[in-house]
Amino acid sequence: MSETLYSIAVEVNGAKRIGQVPARTSLVDWLREHLNLTGTHIGCEHGICGACSVMLDGEPVRSCLMYAVQADGHRVVTVEGLARPDGQLSVLQDSFCETHGLQCGYCTPGMLIAAQALLNTNPRPTEQQIRDAIGGNLCRCTGYQQIVDAIALAAQRMAEGAT
Amino acid sequence: MKSPPFEYARTASIEEACGLLSQHGDAAKLIAGGQSLVPMLAFRLLRPSWLIDINEIAALKFVALETAMVRMGACTRQCVIARDDALAARVPLLRQALVFVGHTQTRNRGTVGGSLAHADPSAELPLVAQILEARLVLRAKPGTRTLSAAEFFAGPMMTNLQPDECLEEIHWPIWRDDKTGSAFTEISRRHGDFAMVAVAAQIAVNDDGHCTRVTFGVAGAAPVPVAFPELAQSLVGHRLDKAKTRAVAQQAAATLEPESDTHASAAYRRHLAGVLTSRVLLEAYDAARSVP
Repeated sequence: MSETLYSIAVEVNGAKRIGQVPARTSLVDWLREHLNLTGTHIGCEHGICGACSVMLDGEPVRSCLMYAVQADGHRVVTVEGLARPDGQLSVLQDSFCETHGLQCGYCTPGMLIAAQALLNTNPRPTEQQIRDAIGGNLCRCTGYQQIVDAIALAAQRMAEGAT
Repeated sequence: MKSPPFEYARTASIEEACGLLSQHGDAAKLIAGGQSLVPMLAFRLLRPSWLIDINEIAALKFVALETAMVRMGACTRQCVIARDDALAARVPLLRQALVFVGHTQTRNRGTVGGSLAHADPSAELPLVAQILEARLVLRAKPGTRTLSAAEFFAGPMMTNLQPDECLEEIHWPIWRDDKTGSAFTEISRRHGDFAMVAVAAQIAVNDDGHCTRVTFGVAGAAPVPVAFPELAQSLVGHRLDKAKTRAVAQQAAATLEPESDTHASAAYRRHLAGVLTSRVLLEAYDAARSVP
């Protein structure tokens, strides 16, 4: 039995992308396997680890917990969409490098999305707010402290850049 | 970890969704936020032939503040509820409970109605619905009917929603007493996990500090969230202190028959129910008393 294919059109990192997908294809599988956007990682595939976080219409969601067909007509930003237009790392990404906010790197795309979502709405977060914002993202390497440091550093740099 | 095959229908109205439900019956499942349903599909605990998507139905996403209640569309996202200051001023328990519901990423997608319809016995929002005696409007093709939370929850992950019904609206009562306070707390293994035990309370007091209205309840220690109306009534007319709340909390906990699992024994859950109930009763009482 062949599965029904559904036509979708999704704005991904600013560009319109179209596809034909079975209904059960998760958003993360479509991003990785059909669009080759392999920056978004698949960890647990049931909504626990946060590695697959992407922005949907500007808010972070888990892309393993929705189907690609549900994203039809919506706007998605993946970790590939965080860099500057010239391909240079963003302030936030640079901060992760500088504070050793990653080791194996598996959780990093999800951490970056969660952190960017926080900074978008709250440019001067407290440490507790930073910890809350990444509370849904598991990291098994860093112990989280350097990630918290990275986000605080990015917030500070963005504030300095704005003045 | 991949979902089994299914057919998908994105619906634009609740009438369309109910039409498809009546057509496919048990073979169809509604999908709202999907934060619980998608993992169940991934684990192959469910194999619906159809998923009927209600995420795009604008009419199911609203918060209407009325005099005696807040009416809420079932597909209103949890993050929207958590951000709503006017709502928090009227039904503060919702925001207090949502702090414990999942994480930013899941609250951005998860819906209030989805959490209620999923009916996890340790979930937070069903507990709030139970103790506030929320009313749930269910729609099927022929029309609507309204159930109280007590009538709605039928067992662990079970409700009295019929296969052709869609939860349409939730009505949360507003306590209009001048001095009202509420509190919510839980113990879970990690923040954002389902609670081992969750407890909520809401209390109104008069100027002398005597309780005029009390409700409280426990989730995670029975097949459905439990409210304790008789015990709550026994506090009316009294000032509360530690001894009083502890005694009532112990009575409440003694009536519970929780299950044991790998995370917590029945005895530990009952113990938690007692300790946390005493704590939230006192916290809600203090909050009510501190209202100027």
